[in-house]
Amino acid sequence: MQIAELEHKSIQYRKTILSSIAQAGAGHTGGSLSCTDILNVLYNRVMRIDPHDPTWAERDRYIHSKGHSVEVLYAVLADKGFFPAEKLATMGRGGSHWVGHPTRKVPGIEQNTGALGHGLSVAVGMALAAKQDNRDYRVFTLMGDGELTEGSVWEASMSAAFYKLDNLVVIIDRNTLQITGRTENVMALEPLADRFTAFGYAVRTVDGNDIAALVDIFAQTPFEPGKPNLIIARTTKGKGVSFIEDAAEWHHHVPTATELERALAELDQAEQRWQERYATIATR
Amino acid sequence: MQPLQPGSPNQQVFSDTLLELAQRDRNVLVVTSDSRGSGRLVAFGKQLPAQVVEVGIAEQNLVGVAAGLASAGKRVFAVSPACFLTARGLEQIKNDVAYSDQPVKLVGISAGVSYGALGTTHHSLHDLAVLQAFNNIDIVIPADNFETRAAVEAAIDHPRPLYLRLGKKAMHHLHAPGTPFTIGKAIRVRRGDEVALMATGETVEIAVQSAELLAARGVSADVLSIHSLRPFDETEVLETARRVQAVVTVEEHSVHGGLGSRVATLLMQAGVTPALRIVGIPDEYTYTGSQQEIFAHYGITPDGLATTAEVLLEGRRVLTR
Ligand SMILES: Cc1ncc(C[n+]2csc(CCOP(=O)(O)OP(=O)(O)O)c2C)c(N)n1
Ligand SMILES: [Mg+2]
Repeated sequence: MQIAELEHKSIQYRKTILSSIAQAGAGHTGGSLSCTDILNVLYNRVMRIDPHDPTWAERDRYIHSKGHSVEVLYAVLADKGFFPAEKLATMGRGGSHWVGHPTRKVPGIEQNTGALGHGLSVAVGMALAAKQDNRDYRVFTLMGDGELTEGSVWEASMSAAFYKLDNLVVIIDRNTLQITGRTENVMALEPLADRFTAFGYAVRTVDGNDIAALVDIFAQTPFEPGKPNLIIARTTKGKGVSFIEDAAEWHHHVPTATELERALAELDQAEQRWQERYATIATR
Repeated sequence: MQPLQPGSPNQQVFSDTLLELAQRDRNVLVVTSDSRGSGRLVAFGKQLPAQVVEVGIAEQNLVGVAAGLASAGKRVFAVSPACFLTARGLEQIKNDVAYSDQPVKLVGISAGVSYGALGTTHHSLHDLAVLQAFNNIDIVIPADNFETRAAVEAAIDHPRPLYLRLGKKAMHHLHAPGTPFTIGKAIRVRRGDEVALMATGETVEIAVQSAELLAARGVSADVLSIHSLRPFDETEVLETARRVQAVVTVEEHSVHGGLGSRVATLLMQAGVTPALRIVGIPDEYTYTGSQQEIFAHYGITPDGLATTAEVLLEGRRVLTR
């Protein structure tokens, strides 16, 4: 998928995320919006997947370690055709598998997550199996920055480097916020790139809300043969809606009817700007 | 019968009570793992910032640090969602707190299926089972606001490791003011002589409502709030079980290893054998939905419990006819 189309997808995903959270009356708004562009680029450009064959042995794997941001994953998987979009309306309802954190009962989801600090270890196991079986699939996982204070992340990191898993791509949603506030005030993470480098990763930093930059950085993997890849994606929590951006309270705040209306209106404007931009490029 | 009067979430009463106690004693500390909001401790953090130790999202570290602080004489409340505290931090609870006998107060918030549709990662249906299998940690599960306040006041000077299990739903008031509360001593909420509903935590009020339904249907039901699993009030449970035909235990926990198992092993070994049913979450992929929907699915409702009690009583009548 081309950059222009990807940019349009992100706007549409953000609308789906906001509407589905408002309808369910629960959800993790800020964290879903911050990593929308990352999932968009992975699923529409980078990963080798077949929505009609979710358990295809050669598929690339994605583990949503920051499982609370499940709404973005549901929006993308529905759009890719892993399940009918009508399922989104059952989010959080009695008896629905579309619960508030990812589960393997939903087609396309590889691993049940939601307790933070688990995804990377599982991703290491999947990547190690690929090496043992001489398969060329890759394993991607996305972690929150607050999540990085779980000790298990660092246990998994040691093993990723030890087993030279250059088929593993770890992405950090570096939005600098967790529930209580700024990560650097809750439990400081910096110097983060240095820490990951010291643990044996090949580390790159990117603007995680810039589609073209994301496409470019993923195209460069593996960064160094024999080293696991780590991308620090600088993002804005709540990206795309002015009054949700960079606000800790929007971690799990649910938009009211008026907030939803305002948010969708902003995204409509973004869509209009997108149309104008590409119209001018096309006529140039 | 008067309808039950609405109160606050037990978690709110916990944090209000703790703030009062901490204002009088700067050795009272709370340790949090990005859990201040869920623990309703934002006001505590604003008023007594020096008495909050934040460790980030790191429940293992939370429990270990709390043990170290307690060893130096601090009165430490380690507060985190019950699901993460008692699963992620489990080995630290076993070795650093219980086995090492550090008198930490572990506070598991949004316990059981409080988090509803967030799913199984966020449920704690195992905590009572695993903690009962550890020696040297007391376990308290308050039913209402009164029990919660009394439990926090008792916890502050409690000389042993303690686990306090709290939910997030607004509760009803169950007890008259001045009702005595002692850790390890069950409280009778209703007196009856045909069936005993033995419940713990947020399910006690459902048992009380069920007793009222049963009364309307001509069945006399006893209700016990068994707020302490350790120490366990064997005397009261045995005496109650001896004078009824049926016992229904109720808990927001797996049917394995919680209150029901505790009651059943006690009764069997004492040779007291009323008809018995353990009501809780069965051994299956938990039904999805809100706490209320999950309760309804598994018969943890006033009507569900009443029906269970009637079926047990009817079985006894057939047997003795
Ligand atoms: C083991 C564990 N502890 C606590 C939580 C509760 N929790 C859910 S989201 C969250 C904050 C996550 O912050 P971050 O990783 O930065 O995510 P993002 O900002 O991308 O939403 C916390 C503490 C959890 N889900 N799992
Ligand atoms: Mg974050």
